[in-house]
Amino acid sequence: MNLQAHDTGVATPHTSDLDSIVVRFAGDSGDGVQLLGSQFSQETALAGNSLATFPDFPAEIRAPTGTTYGVSAFQINFGSRLIKTAGDQPDVLVALNPAALMVNYKGLRKGGLVILDAGAFKDKDIKRAGFAVDPRLDGTLKEFRVMEIDISTQALEVAKPFGVSQKEALRTKNLWVLGLVSWMYDRELKSTMEYVSRKFGAEDPIGKANLAALNAGHAYGETHELSGDVAPVSMPSVKVEAGTYRLVSGAESLAWGLVAGAQLAGLEMVLASYPITPSSPILHILARLKQFGVTTFQAEDEIAACCAAIGASYGGKLGVTASSGPGIALKTEAIGLAIGTELPLVVVNTQRGGPSTGLPTKTEQSDLFLAVFGRNADAPMPVIASRAPGDCFDVAIEAVRLATKYMTPVMLLSDGYIANAAEPWRIPSMANYAPFNVQFRTDPEGFHPFLRDPKTLARVWAKPGTPGLMHRIGGIERDYNSGNISYDAANHQKMTDTRAAKINNIADDIPEQTVEVGETQGKLAVVGWGSTFGPINRAVFNMRAKGLDVSHIHIRHIWPLPRNLGTLLKSYEKVLVAEMNNGQMLQLLRGQYLVDAKGLLKVSGQPIKIAEVEDAIRSQLASA
Amino acid sequence: MNVQLPAEKLTPKDFASDQEVRWCPGCGDYAILKAMHKSLADMGVRPENTVFVSGIGCSSRFPYYMATYGFHTIHGRAPAIATGLKLARPELDIWMVTGDGDALSIGGNHLFHVLRRNVDINILLFNNEIYGLTKGQASPTSRIGQRSPSTPMGSVDSPAEACVFALGCNARFIARGIDVQAKELGELFSRARAHKGASFIEIIQNCIVYNDATFASFTEKAVAAEMQLHVKHGERMIFGKERNKGIRFNAQTFALEVAVMGENGVTEADILVHDEKNRVVAGLLAAMRPPQFPEVLGVIYCDPAPSYEAAVAAQDAAARAKGPGDLDKLMRAGNTWDVA
Ligand SMILES: Cc1ncc(C[n+]2csc(CCOP(=O)(O)OP(=O)(O)O)c2C)c(N)n1
Ligand code: SF4
Ligand SMILES: [Mg+2]
Repeated sequence: MNLQAHDTGVATPHTSDLDSIVVRFAGDSGDGVQLLGSQFSQETALAGNSLATFPDFPAEIRAPTGTTYGVSAFQINFGSRLIKTAGDQPDVLVALNPAALMVNYKGLRKGGLVILDAGAFKDKDIKRAGFAVDPRLDGTLKEFRVMEIDISTQALEVAKPFGVSQKEALRTKNLWVLGLVSWMYDRELKSTMEYVSRKFGAEDPIGKANLAALNAGHAYGETHELSGDVAPVSMPSVKVEAGTYRLVSGAESLAWGLVAGAQLAGLEMVLASYPITPSSPILHILARLKQFGVTTFQAEDEIAACCAAIGASYGGKLGVTASSGPGIALKTEAIGLAIGTELPLVVVNTQRGGPSTGLPTKTEQSDLFLAVFGRNADAPMPVIASRAPGDCFDVAIEAVRLATKYMTPVMLLSDGYIANAAEPWRIPSMANYAPFNVQFRTDPEGFHPFLRDPKTLARVWAKPGTPGLMHRIGGIERDYNSGNISYDAANHQKMTDTRAAKINNIADDIPEQTVEVGETQGKLAVVGWGSTFGPINRAVFNMRAKGLDVSHIHIRHIWPLPRNLGTLLKSYEKVLVAEMNNGQMLQLLRGQYLVDAKGLLKVSGQPIKIAEVEDAIRSQLASA
Repeated sequence: MNVQLPAEKLTPKDFASDQEVRWCPGCGDYAILKAMHKSLADMGVRPENTVFVSGIGCSSRFPYYMATYGFHTIHGRAPAIATGLKLARPELDIWMVTGDGDALSIGGNHLFHVLRRNVDINILLFNNEIYGLTKGQASPTSRIGQRSPSTPMGSVDSPAEACVFALGCNARFIARGIDVQAKELGELFSRARAHKGASFIEIIQNCIVYNDATFASFTEKAVAAEMQLHVKHGERMIFGKERNKGIRFNAQTFALEVAVMGENGVTEADILVHDEKNRVVAGLLAAMRPPQFPEVLGVIYCDPAPSYEAAVAAQDAAARAKGPGDLDKLMRAGNTWDVA
């Protein structure tokens, strides 16, 4: 047998208290690592553990096999306590080829466990991955425990009786590994078996081969009586609020939130979008939800997508457009039109690394300036950000509420990490959400298209087809009192002021800023927004447990900012802004409130780590 | 009982908005506007169900002068906005007004897609072969040699042909008219409205300020009969002061040519009968331009095909046939677990 558990004399792979474990699966982009990861997450969620995932895949669809740039990885952190991030450092690395090992072994915790597919460690594979010599022999892995299994041969042998091709047989590797890892952590295989049967049909030989591989991996764990580090571990379920739970990705909950928002507004929705990573899943999901009064339109480009959504809103539906940085940049002129004509519109920006094409599959939060300021002229619009996959649901509803109540485009910021990651989610009940039905203008008496609600300053929404309300709107400045085009100087001042006041007033209609962990005053506040929630929250929690005076503030409403935020920030001696960009929220807060905030800024395409936030907290509190 | 009151008959004036028209005196746009007011009244359309969507340019100010619904949008993007509106509200009558720069330069991509998708929108391209609103630069339809502020030594880029472009985009209705020919324009508007799917009309429009008389070689009264060919489905393509000229197909050159009846043995039977469903001939007709040929006017091509918004609506309806979606149910489908 190929099993070798090198005795390295280093610590066990698992955290000592064993209340959480981080496992990272890595392989070639054709190895099915994402499927392996998401199925393991599903099993883990069903076992009642808390979890967070981080799918980390390459930009290339199928890079040449065995190359480091073709490595796809999936990380999961799961445990019996509340899990807030996908984990700083894996405890276990499953490497399905040398390239996967090359890319990932340095991130592994000292004393961690490496499970290798020995069958994929041929000389040429090793060279191709960039190892001068076989890393299993030269001490490269001496800080880790290594378990070598010829997974390739195992999978081939298992699949052979089903008459599938060599290629298909080898592709059951991921299910074999899933079987093994499921055994290690005492997971039920049921949901995966159902998944495979559903996907291939009960009689399909490929499906049968995959099921056999799954069972074989599991049996391998049992019969080889793996011991020590690799002995099965059972993880008690986490204590959470009562309710019905599921795993949800950010893209799913965002799409569902948009549907929910449209229902609460009493509107049908038109989503117009142009494919772009990592935004496309929103289009894919909504394209299947036509029965919810959703019409989807794959436009010729992002400009057309934004324009079509505006056309739909003009027609009295909820216009929504979704994209990522480069596409949002293209939409800016049209967003200006929606601001000028005061039409509702939801613009979803699933941010990715930039500038330009940048890092399409990697995460970043660098479109904050684009969202808040990125238009010609004085063109304010509300901006809100989601902090986690499940949170996208409520944020999407809020975006629809603001857009329709204030007759304005709203930018919703998500990011690649949130969109792709999955987390256990207490499924909301629509009965718990109060409707905010839109009222269309139908009365011709005294009508003009820029009549405003005295409180919200929102203009009336009169849709074509309504007798007696025929009117013209457009990008040229409109007269405050009639809506007709106007080049009058004083009128332009008044309209500019009104557009600004309308958006600023939204601050009265959003919750005041609260503190997530800690006190409303003290030595240090760590401020974040969006997907940095998990690491900041955990780090502040940990540091407070060590007696440090630090609090966590997380901003959802980015524009306008909550009324009390300035006062709140000034009640701390120091403010540290942690974000995945070069200091955009940092500049915004400094500019708005004249606070001497400092930044913990990271743009590596990877989420911020808990340890990085902890280090920054320590150094902030250490320096005078 | 539900008594339907007959809608009062509207006059052209009922389609004119209360806004002062601000085109230059003598601009061809006035005539088109007037023709539209009359045409809509003649067709008996309801102003509340009619929407004019435009881009940016002199021509795109059109919606402000219509007492219908109107949306003056951004440069080049009217096809996309109109498409979104049509998807949201298929029952509305949507007209789109654009210029040669708006439609064929900045908006060329969108024009291509609205035509190939065959969205049921009536598209009016006012072609004055110049950028009017920005004070007279050369446009994509300006001819080689056109002098303008941006081309002081004459334009050197090869012009776009609007109708040829539309045909290349798979438009199913292509027509051409002249700003001042109100009667013919009215007929084209009514044909366009009746046509399901994208209807494309190129309107030859005189910009009196920046490109005056650029079409004089075929629009001037003195030459009109010799230089205009008004095509009608099922009728021979005959023109000329004497009605003795016609278009025939030359099988040797595989091209159309002008033939004079009574000369060289040419008889009426040699002259082509216009078949607006014939896409190949439509291509040849669309490419026929003065001075070698008369300007072809009228419906050049019309061969209806299913429209985009109808196909989308059919899919939406099929998905909704099983009843409205239940979000609570959707979110609870698949693997869930209960925590007490
Ligand atoms: C994004 C953008 N770029 C440029 C302009 C300036 N602009 C306005 S109209 C126009 C050209 C109009 O020409 P055409 O479409 O032929 O219309 P016409 O005025 O001739 O009717 C240009 C370049 C603009 N409004 N927006
Ligand atoms: S510039 Fe030309 S096209 Fe524009 S309004 Fe004047 S005459 Fe008409
Ligand atoms: Mg023009």
